[in-house]
Amino acid sequence: MRRARWPKAMIGQHLTRVVVLAGLLVVGAARAETAAERGAYLAVLGDCAACHTAPGGAAMAGGRRIPTPFGAVIAPNLTPDPATGIGAWSEAEFARAVRDGIGRGGEYLYPAHPYPYFAAFSDADVAALAAYFRGLPPVHQDLRGADLAFPLDFRPFLGLWNLLYFRPTPWRPDPGHDAPWNRGAFLVEGPGHCGACHTPKTALGGDVLARALQGGVVAGWVAPALDGDRRTGLGGWSADDITRFLASGATSRQLASGPMAEVVRLSTSRMTEADRAAIADYLKSLPAAPTAPSPRPDEAIMARGKGLYRDRCAPCHGAEGLGQARLFPRLAGSAVVQARRPDTVLGVIVHGAQAVATPDAPTGPAMPAFAGLLRPEEIAAVASYIRNSWGNRAPGVDASAVPMHQ
Amino acid sequence: MSVRMKPVDAVVIGFGWSGALLAEALSTAGLSVVALERGPWRNTATSFPPARAPDELRYAVRHDLVVAPAESTITFRNNIAQTALPVRAWGSFLPASGAGGGGVHWNGQTWRFLPSDFSLRSHLTERYGSRFIAPDITIQDWPVSYAELEPYYDRFEYMCGISGKAGNLAGVIQPGGNPFEGRRAREYPTPPMKMPYAPTLFAEAARELGYHPFPQPSANLSQSYTNPLGVTLGPCTYCGFCERFGCGNYSKASPQTVLFPRLAARENFSLRTECEVLAIAHDPRARRARGVTYVDAAGTEVFQPAEIVVLAAFMLENVRLLRLSGIGAPYDPQSGQGVIGRNFSYQTTSSVQVSFADKLLNPFIGAGALGMIIDDYNGDVFDHAALGFIGGAYLGLLATNGRPILNHPTPPGTPRWGHAWKAAVAQSYLRTTRLIASGSSMSHRGAFCDLDPTYRDRLGRPLLRLTFDFHPNDLLMSDFVTERLGEIARAMRPSWMVVEKRHAPYSMVPYQSTHTVGGAIAGDDPATSAVNSYLQSWDLDNLFVVGGSAFPQNPGYNPTGTIAALALRSAEAIVTRYRHAPGPLA
Repeated sequence: MRRARWPKAMIGQHLTRVVVLAGLLVVGAARAETAAERGAYLAVLGDCAACHTAPGGAAMAGGRRIPTPFGAVIAPNLTPDPATGIGAWSEAEFARAVRDGIGRGGEYLYPAHPYPYFAAFSDADVAALAAYFRGLPPVHQDLRGADLAFPLDFRPFLGLWNLLYFRPTPWRPDPGHDAPWNRGAFLVEGPGHCGACHTPKTALGGDVLARALQGGVVAGWVAPALDGDRRTGLGGWSADDITRFLASGATSRQLASGPMAEVVRLSTSRMTEADRAAIADYLKSLPAAPTAPSPRPDEAIMARGKGLYRDRCAPCHGAEGLGQARLFPRLAGSAVVQARRPDTVLGVIVHGAQAVATPDAPTGPAMPAFAGLLRPEEIAAVASYIRNSWGNRAPGVDASAVPMHQ
Repeated sequence: MSVRMKPVDAVVIGFGWSGALLAEALSTAGLSVVALERGPWRNTATSFPPARAPDELRYAVRHDLVVAPAESTITFRNNIAQTALPVRAWGSFLPASGAGGGGVHWNGQTWRFLPSDFSLRSHLTERYGSRFIAPDITIQDWPVSYAELEPYYDRFEYMCGISGKAGNLAGVIQPGGNPFEGRRAREYPTPPMKMPYAPTLFAEAARELGYHPFPQPSANLSQSYTNPLGVTLGPCTYCGFCERFGCGNYSKASPQTVLFPRLAARENFSLRTECEVLAIAHDPRARRARGVTYVDAAGTEVFQPAEIVVLAAFMLENVRLLRLSGIGAPYDPQSGQGVIGRNFSYQTTSSVQVSFADKLLNPFIGAGALGMIIDDYNGDVFDHAALGFIGGAYLGLLATNGRPILNHPTPPGTPRWGHAWKAAVAQSYLRTTRLIASGSSMSHRGAFCDLDPTYRDRLGRPLLRLTFDFHPNDLLMSDFVTERLGEIARAMRPSWMVVEKRHAPYSMVPYQSTHTVGGAIAGDDPATSAVNSYLQSWDLDNLFVVGGSAFPQNPGYNPTGTIAALALRSAEAIVTRYRHAPGPLA
């Protein structure tokens, strides 16, 4: 029944385009994949499972609550269940939802669904994704909807939002750059939707396009800048560092934790090495944004922070903030530590953190929580100290910023 | 109401070092493996965060990682003329509970036994004559040689990243290492720990007396290390919270830090915690175990069928489960017949406390296996002909256990409370340390385990009964090595010293060592051993009894390295031989 909607001739046509695209974009050996196989890989690139597969739930069956600054959105069911999934959807309806953020009934979808990025998908991409989702075991799961604050709970308002923030432009390679760079740009700006976290947001949750990939804050975690800034971005990372980080969640300096741990686990660690290298290639081409240096915190704060750091933090992170490769992140030179906003530094000290465990870096080490052991002003002093030691420089931290309420 | 689970290739009882090593090897080979652990789940990240783990009261005093006696205990007596009574608070030794077992709270002292330890009876008989060994001493040769175990010692050391200095590298004696050790194929994976002041003073004194000090091989790592499984450990911070503690710094090798990250990701492996095994179901005529019966956390009785049963609980529980399951002939101390419960042995320890008015030793800088050692009086390294005993001890000084609740040294004659006591502790704490002798324990006819006729556990099953006292041979040995230890102590020129010798009767109360071994020993003869050299039961071909229970007697060394080597050898035999041709491996 389901297949009747997808004439074989049509799939064949898409496959032809797949092969052409693969020849253009994929670095390395391309083999003839089925549309569903290619769709499965596109779903990895888009990290669809992060939202559409609930923890412990069936693949892509949705039902997971996605927190946003405006309230929660429930990820819908993408399995081919006719009643609750996409089983009864036409290809055009599916494409419109993926790329234009328009639901089957013509309603606006919430931009927690990253359609502003997925607009980069080609027709063939969308068809492949549909083929993949349609091949999944159908699951009856009808949780959907949202629990949002005004004005975002009023769906027609999203039309205005789209006018402000949505530029539905199909992906066009830049002839001034080579194929790997273009592939990387496509992955970052398209399916990877890196900017959803790493680009600063307006009060309405739209991307500040003028500051694309210059760092944002998501659910209490800093998504560091991905530009060439040597302090807050990837300026100090080699392309190989980036590739390793995407593959394993670990470099000799840093470990993925927080939301990025999930991105690594579900998406980047499952990409091809060529795609990871392409992302690195593209990101390394981004220039640094001009920044003004922040003043060094008060010496008394620094002295207090140093004492606490030596006692509590140095056993793992080292007196000079050098950390241990693959185990304890390096603080000296860290972009997360020097980000303009101290959210990750404070959150990790207060609540602890667990690094992602991947086949290449299976350890998954953790940072203990210091809530209840250190007072807010002590945590602020430690944070100010590590943000301004060993060559680091970032604004000092006030105790009122410490998230101790949890 | 009994629940029957889906059959698996292998069920592992107990998830300490032995169980985790077997589970790792068998699941790597593609077998479906279920491990059953009576205690709770524990991992480094959530169980031992370093912000909270150094809690001496919780772990060292209240034994948080040790099985609660109300859940599982033993009864004890010194000899068969006495009536055994239940142990209601652990003292002399501390059986662990929970994922990781004793591998969580161990010190990390990672030894290989001497080559002559493996052929003990024949070696001593050849050197000193058959009448040199007392008639009631029941020591035996191991069914495996040092050379056969060497690759597995090596594999374990490289899995853990052990820090040390080789003394015998492919037959060539190395300066700075232990010149008496067996030949090893390669150097330790990481260099020795940084040596604190007190062990350094010991080494200087020992060297002056002509001995051969070397750094203790340690599973507290001197530097960061990534093992062959890809799992990374960190450098030890010398925090001093090691023995009786889990390590939240990822710097003590344990099943958690070495194996769990890989195991947790395997689809064909699962661990069920808070599941206490009641018995191994078996069919004696078919020489096969059918699976195990256990009670889960909800109190439900469950049967887990399995093609292979690996019994890898603590030594005491291994023996008890064999007895409760009716596997093997129980040992009878009157006749000396039977094997299950036979040849229990322990560790014969003693010490010398030393204090220096003019030296600050900073005992809070410590680890679990951080010391300088001499082996000049261990095993049969020295001539016993004129001494009238067999066995020996390693002597050393470890920077360990300098924590404030359980360590407040005072000079002899100090009142035990009040101002004078406080002043003496304040004066002595930074200046006082302890030299130790870790001595052998020769199995003998009167040291054994059986089922208690009176006392039962909360599930209604008989407790294990331990009957043990120090054999006069071991007391003679301990007296001799403690005299030598005192000589080294004097050469360190302390302000005061106290020699603490070991005396009979053995007491269950003061802590001595958790190295209880034997009871299901390995051997070449089914009449005098429970398992063969691959730790395969002589009675049931698909039952492997892994752990310190296999030791026919205990040398002076800590047992973990040898337990692990035996486990890895057993695992390899299962994977490469037994799996393809089930049946007796020896």
